[in-house]
Amino acid sequence: MAFPSSDVAARSHSGIARASTKAPTSVKIVVAGGFAVGKTTFIGSISDIEPLRTEAAMTSHSVGIDDAGSVADRKDTTTVAMDFGRIALSDQLWLYLFGTPGQDRFTFMWDDLCKGAIGAVVLVDTSRLADCFNAVDYFETHGYPFVVAVNCFDGVAHHTLDQVREALAVPADVPMVYTDARQKDATKQVLISLVKHAMTRAQG
Amino acid sequence: MSDHAEDYADSMRVVRPYTVTGGRTRPSGIQLPMEALVQLAGDTVPDGLQLERRAIVQLCQDRVLSVAEIAAHLSLPLGVVRVLVADLAQDDVVVVHTGSYNAATPSAGNLDLLASVLDGISKL
Repeated sequence: MAFPSSDVAARSHSGIARASTKAPTSVKIVVAGGFAVGKTTFIGSISDIEPLRTEAAMTSHSVGIDDAGSVADRKDTTTVAMDFGRIALSDQLWLYLFGTPGQDRFTFMWDDLCKGAIGAVVLVDTSRLADCFNAVDYFETHGYPFVVAVNCFDGVAHHTLDQVREALAVPADVPMVYTDARQKDATKQVLISLVKHAMTRAQG
Repeated sequence: MSDHAEDYADSMRVVRPYTVTGGRTRPSGIQLPMEALVQLAGDTVPDGLQLERRAIVQLCQDRVLSVAEIAAHLSLPLGVVRVLVADLAQDDVVVVHTGSYNAATPSAGNLDLLASVLDGISKL
């Protein structure tokens, strides 16, 4: 069984198939960065819908001691939350923006999150630069086009982009921009730089 | 079982959801992308759909929604919705549209799509 990009089931049960109305194509961009760097704000600044939250339940077995003093097999469930938004670029083209789970320990989810993505935006808070190291590493290692967007919380840039580039050891061809995650226009410019970068990469 | 409905919201949170999928966590070996769009296949909602499957069908009555949106609206974990949507697709109740973008395989189609995305974002 597979789900090709075309309709899985063209046949209908009765009458006119709803599926005969063409569904939009969906594409996605991943928004990464450290905890509380402004990912959801960034997504919300441009999304048509209020950012939604989806949860993936992670279950792991652990062996612990129960109250009666005997060893018990316990199940620990952790919930990993991802915020996302949607932008209708046209009737036939929808863009989803998915925020990565904030904590580093959930990077194992990123394969799933990033598969099929156009690329990624790494949001950076220069006062906590190390928070984005994992994200930069991930996108470099896996070959996803990405841009680094330095979020200026108070409208003031405390570091030059060259300083940030050097600190992150990001190659010269990776676009690096200032942004304000609260401003739609700023967010738009970040997305434009990412898509242009992805096009350059796709042209080889 | 009469308190089933009352407990529904709480129980759906973590452990129980996987019982509605028969314990499976992925649909027949493939993983639906979270941005895959789900659309009803026909005009009529089939009878006898199990609770969560019916909720998905009702949610998609007059609109196309992604797997992630369905999960968010129904407060169900993503993995559960993926399995349920795959089941509904297999039963021809819904049609699933997955994105055609694949960064791993550069193609002219990719470039055309990126150009459309760029054009769309520029007009926002």
